[in-house]
Amino acid sequence: MSAYSFAPTPQSPAWELPPRGTVAMLSLIIGESAIFTIFVVAYVFYIGKSLSGPTPQQVLEVPWLGTICLLSSSFTIWRAEHAITSGAMARFTIWLAATITLGVIFLAGTAQEWHKLIYQDGLTIQTNLFGTTFYSLVGLHATHVVLGLLMLSLVLIFTLFGKVGTQHADRIKVVALYWHFVDAVWVVVFTVVYIVGR
Amino acid sequence: MADQSIPYPGTFEPVQTEGGATLLEKLHSWVITVDHKKLGILYVVYSLCFLLVGGIEAICIRIQLAIPDNHFLGPAVFNRFFTMHGTTMVFLVGMPILFGFANYLVPLMIGARDMAFPRLNAFSFWLTAFGGLLLYFSFIGGFGLYGMGSAPDVGWFAYAPLTARAFSPGHSTDYWALALIVSGFGTLGTAINIIATIVSMRCKGMTLLRMPLFPWLMFVVSSLTLIAITPLTAAQVMLLIDRYLGGHFFDTQAGGSAVVWMHFFWIFGHPEVYILVMPAFGIANEIIPVFSRKAIFGYPAMVSASACIAFVSVSVWAHHMFTVGMTSVSNAFFTLSTMMVGIPTGIKIFNWIATMWGGKIRFATPMLFCTAFLLQFLIAGLTGIMLAAAPLDWQLHNSYFVIAHFHYVLVGAIVTCIFAAIYYWYPKATGRMMNETLGKWHFWLFIIGFHLCFDTMHIPGMLGMPRSIYTYQADRGWGTLNLITSIGGFIQGIAVLIFAYNLIVSYFRGLQAGNDPWDAWTLEWSIPSPPPEYNFAIEPEVKSRRPLWDLKHPEDPDWRYEQ
Repeated sequence: MSAYSFAPTPQSPAWELPPRGTVAMLSLIIGESAIFTIFVVAYVFYIGKSLSGPTPQQVLEVPWLGTICLLSSSFTIWRAEHAITSGAMARFTIWLAATITLGVIFLAGTAQEWHKLIYQDGLTIQTNLFGTTFYSLVGLHATHVVLGLLMLSLVLIFTLFGKVGTQHADRIKVVALYWHFVDAVWVVVFTVVYIVGR
Repeated sequence: MADQSIPYPGTFEPVQTEGGATLLEKLHSWVITVDHKKLGILYVVYSLCFLLVGGIEAICIRIQLAIPDNHFLGPAVFNRFFTMHGTTMVFLVGMPILFGFANYLVPLMIGARDMAFPRLNAFSFWLTAFGGLLLYFSFIGGFGLYGMGSAPDVGWFAYAPLTARAFSPGHSTDYWALALIVSGFGTLGTAINIIATIVSMRCKGMTLLRMPLFPWLMFVVSSLTLIAITPLTAAQVMLLIDRYLGGHFFDTQAGGSAVVWMHFFWIFGHPEVYILVMPAFGIANEIIPVFSRKAIFGYPAMVSASACIAFVSVSVWAHHMFTVGMTSVSNAFFTLSTMMVGIPTGIKIFNWIATMWGGKIRFATPMLFCTAFLLQFLIAGLTGIMLAAAPLDWQLHNSYFVIAHFHYVLVGAIVTCIFAAIYYWYPKATGRMMNETLGKWHFWLFIIGFHLCFDTMHIPGMLGMPRSIYTYQADRGWGTLNLITSIGGFIQGIAVLIFAYNLIVSYFRGLQAGNDPWDAWTLEWSIPSPPPEYNFAIEPEVKSRRPLWDLKHPEDPDWRYEQ
């Protein structure tokens, strides 16, 4: 046995590989992108194919406030990443709380929009193709926002109890990566649903 | 032929393993394990169990079709059986067993102590396992409140609108969709894990171009899995929205489109074939050089051909849909892109032949299976090129010619390589050799049965026998051919039973294997069989693609020539 040893030699060069958390999150993002692609393709394919109303032109309003909030939350979480890397835990907590607040405002906007669509305009997932594709695409994105908010809230709770430190910066970056992805998907969903499809 | 002297002389000493735990403790350790080797074995055992189940379904189908006007299975049961046979073999046998090999072998081959995320690994396995059980629970639970259904009967591709509530009452289709969503998430988790392991866990000195080809192929396959399995999950979610929430994705009466389902399904379905066949390539890449006593021919070409196949494979899906009525531009595009797959695949076949050429070939059982794989995969590829031509496909679509073609790929290439892999790595996993005599019986019976079954099956297809029919009239003239096909199926069944017997008996009575029974070159053979939980006592450092060659031949190491 001992003759077959692979012990590293002292002169071997440094051996650095990418962090596994980031690699895994990037892989998950690629997979998730494929799921969103299928739903977006279905949405685009079925634009204008509904046999009955209401149509997007009649009922959809552009959710500017929610969009601005969600997109700026990418900035706040980037500041939070920056803060935890440099060890400023107080600033990290504030930026993280800001991110969560912006995400919640976005979700509240979606809830309000859906309430109006369902109770005022009578558009449900059963009404027509527009309803089916709209609720499933926007709902799929909202599900991801909820998941992201759960992760961020867990981090916030642990931070408030003093369990998160600068040694966790790499893990926070993995969560932030997911949040950036959720934002980036909204750009696509927003464009397709509220700009192209209306 | 040096078969008599297995394990080959000049190998490492065997290591004694200690027993002592009670049966309950042992079982418990398997349930709670996060060790990649145990999970790999769980995957393989789970898949082999479902291989027997799917095989029994296939045998029942063949009994029904053996003679005209048969009544062994009724039409409803026949539909369930071919649906379950297809779904089982693809989702519960093919993918889990290949990901099981990856689980077991990738960390060992790249010199890592475990996968990147051991707990995610266990979670993925149990998702896959319970997905399979959910599918089979449909035999009991599929009746639903309507008293109709039982197991899914919509075909493994489940075309709309047959899956709509109106045409598939009860819960059978829901079991199908839910089971595949659950096992799909398991597959996604494993794929992410394999990618992270390969990217981030390689041992010192193992650059990407020094990595053995099996991990390379699994890297390509896992990347392809990320973008191929997820569309199926998305489509299944849409199907469930249609069935449960009253959506209209595939509801033609509300403006929905049944063709959209076909697109979504085959966007998954065709890359799926490559997800299954490329690990088989990886297995051949490891076995053929070792048993030819030569380094693999054209390593960089093999790597780039694999990546190339993955890229092309995502743009060929609509060759399953030539008869739907697409535009001539689409037909031409998908014909050409499908034929293009033949180029990188051809490169691989030539490289394998070049590896064997002039080598000192040892025809032990793993090599026998790999040699058969080469021939059978070539024929499968050639019928694939034939079917890629849209006009010929219009004639042969949904006939038994197509069935024969894809079984040639799935059985002739993939299952054959899976057998090779089990004979090759069984000594590593258990510490004992599989019986060579039984192995030869298995090989020859399986090959004879395979060719009797699937060579013959092409002919009724050309004579016009469509797939998915439960019986046919005597005056069609398909009777004799179907009887021969069924006999071939039975012979394969007997071969698989011999294999199962060999698996069990060798575990108790096989020869002690030692660390390195095949005199091989990759890292997994440098450690005891079965490997200790931590795999490598000292984290290895490699300098070439064949680290064990370097150790065994310090006077002529590989790293002098690779760079």
